[in-house]
Amino acid sequence: MMRLPWFECRAPRTVAEAAAILAAEGPEAMLLAGGTDLLPNMKRRHQTPRLLVCLRRVEGLRKVSNGAALTLGAGLTLTEVLREPRIPAGLRQAAAQVATVHLRNMGTLGGNLCLDTRCTYYNQTYEWRRAIGFCLKKDGEICWVATASKRCVAVSSTDTAPALIALGARVRLVGAAGEREIALEDLYRNDGIDYLARRPDELLTEVIVPDRGWRSTYWKLRRRGAFDFPVLGVAAAARFAPDGTVLEARIALGAAASRPFLVEKAGAFLAEKKLTDEVIAEAAAIAASRAKPMDNTDLDLYWRKDVADDFVGYALRDLRGDDMRAVRLRTARYLPGEPPGLS
Amino acid sequence: MGAARGREALLRRNVQLRLHVNGEAVEVSFPPYKTLLEVLREDLGLTGTKHGCELGECGACAVLVDGEPQLACLVLGLECEGRSVETVEGLAQGGTLHPLQAAFADLGAAQCGYCTPGMLMTAKALLEREPAPSRERIREAISGNLCRCTGYAQIVEAIEAAARAMRERA
Ligand SMILES: Cc1cc2nc3c(=O)[nH]c(=O)nc-3n(C[C@H](O)[C@H](O)[C@H](O)COP(=O)(O)OP(=O)(O)OC[C@H]3O[C@@H](n4cnc5c(N)ncnc54)[C@H](O)[C@@H]3O)c2cc1C
Ligand code: FES
Ligand code: FES
Repeated sequence: MMRLPWFECRAPRTVAEAAAILAAEGPEAMLLAGGTDLLPNMKRRHQTPRLLVCLRRVEGLRKVSNGAALTLGAGLTLTEVLREPRIPAGLRQAAAQVATVHLRNMGTLGGNLCLDTRCTYYNQTYEWRRAIGFCLKKDGEICWVATASKRCVAVSSTDTAPALIALGARVRLVGAAGEREIALEDLYRNDGIDYLARRPDELLTEVIVPDRGWRSTYWKLRRRGAFDFPVLGVAAAARFAPDGTVLEARIALGAAASRPFLVEKAGAFLAEKKLTDEVIAEAAAIAASRAKPMDNTDLDLYWRKDVADDFVGYALRDLRGDDMRAVRLRTARYLPGEPPGLS
Repeated sequence: MGAARGREALLRRNVQLRLHVNGEAVEVSFPPYKTLLEVLREDLGLTGTKHGCELGECGACAVLVDGEPQLACLVLGLECEGRSVETVEGLAQGGTLHPLQAAFADLGAAQCGYCTPGMLMTAKALLEREPAPSRERIREAISGNLCRCTGYAQIVEAIEAAARAMRERA
């Protein structure tokens, strides 16, 4: 039996109250949203906060508003996000492939964006980790993936972050001293331990998705079709002229570093071009050259490196309007929108 | 030292709250770290909900919280105050099996039975939302419930049969 450690629990009613608790309690307090990442981690003693600040009762975190942009409250569950008719295709496809029906009923959008980084030497029980003398990310000194590395290389494994980065989403962070709005890609740092640029007293309160009429898509590589964390996520979004020329494009990669990131060079390369097979191949090569997977997730490292440009190519062909259903089924055993409900 | 010990003592106190399980209100006292799964099995004696991986990976512990399938191993008991919890014990009504239970028994959808409570509760939520789901929808709905015995075919068939029986009865 893996019991949770003892903790105290507070259930604030407002964002300001929650931020004040975080500011007063320091690093010993942690936010609990759906708990689907934090509670398994606490069972394995990755995190042992003395105080949990439960977000369920905080007002205003589950709002959706439709203006010039679509604003999604960070406390919405992924199932609730999927029920929103206006969410762009790329976000829908990413959210629909997170975990399982049960976990999407529990896990929130904010929790997904703040998901802890993952590694084969970290996501193990306390006893397992003790047996190898722990690792750099938690309780130890050595990174077992890259023993000479001073930096922890645990992998960012959120599916919705790359999809939202490609869509140009921004996030609102509210702390005890004030609030700020930043581009989602700036929320992340390429460090497996200190992976968020969020200040300790800040809550992520909402995600702002601009409505620019972009086409978007998300392609996920995972072992099982039913559920698994991504070992590669490719998100692409673009705006086209009536004749099919790309006006603007953004490509983001997930599970390819300790943070999800935008490959600006690939997006810039696509501007003013039509998505011919040659153009797609070249953009895919540019984007894939930035994927630096490490040997710390599921599936063979060299193969994962090898298929990165294929996956970017699938995403771009999808944006071009090719019928990609057979490839989707073969690679992910998942068809967007089919079955329809997904919730 | 004294103050520190006082804080420890405060920290290690049980919570006392009222849960709504299978339509009944129950008062229960438990340490705050207990998951809904632990409260159900250890404090309420409801051992129908199974304890599998404890990490959200198997679906054996699935129950309905406010009508939605959730994993009891990753829900804090104290977060369930004021919410409705349904477990497999609440399925049969006055000695009559729920159509899902009857179909699972008739069609060999339970072998060792370990996954069965989670499967039944997940399927119940699906059929309440969609009375006539396609085979694909059924597969998708139970894709978070692992079964090591049946190979799933009988489970999908049983859910289809139960859906038919429930539509005929309605
Ligand atoms: C079996 C299994 C499979 C999974 N598969 C996937 C998958 O395929 N893809 C994927 O992306 N995820 C996956 N997950 C992880 C997880 O279920 C989701 O990422 C989920 O969306 C996390 O949200 P949560 O609300 O449960 O987060 P929590 O566990 O509540 O929180 C996660 C982290 O975010 C912080 N946090 C939460 N809310 C906020 C906020 N508003 N502001 C600031 N910080 C906050 C918490 O303090 C914590 O550090 C899986 C989990 C399991 C158990
Ligand atoms: S015991 Fe809860 S999912 Fe396995
Ligand atoms: S019947 Fe044995 S696990 Fe499903």
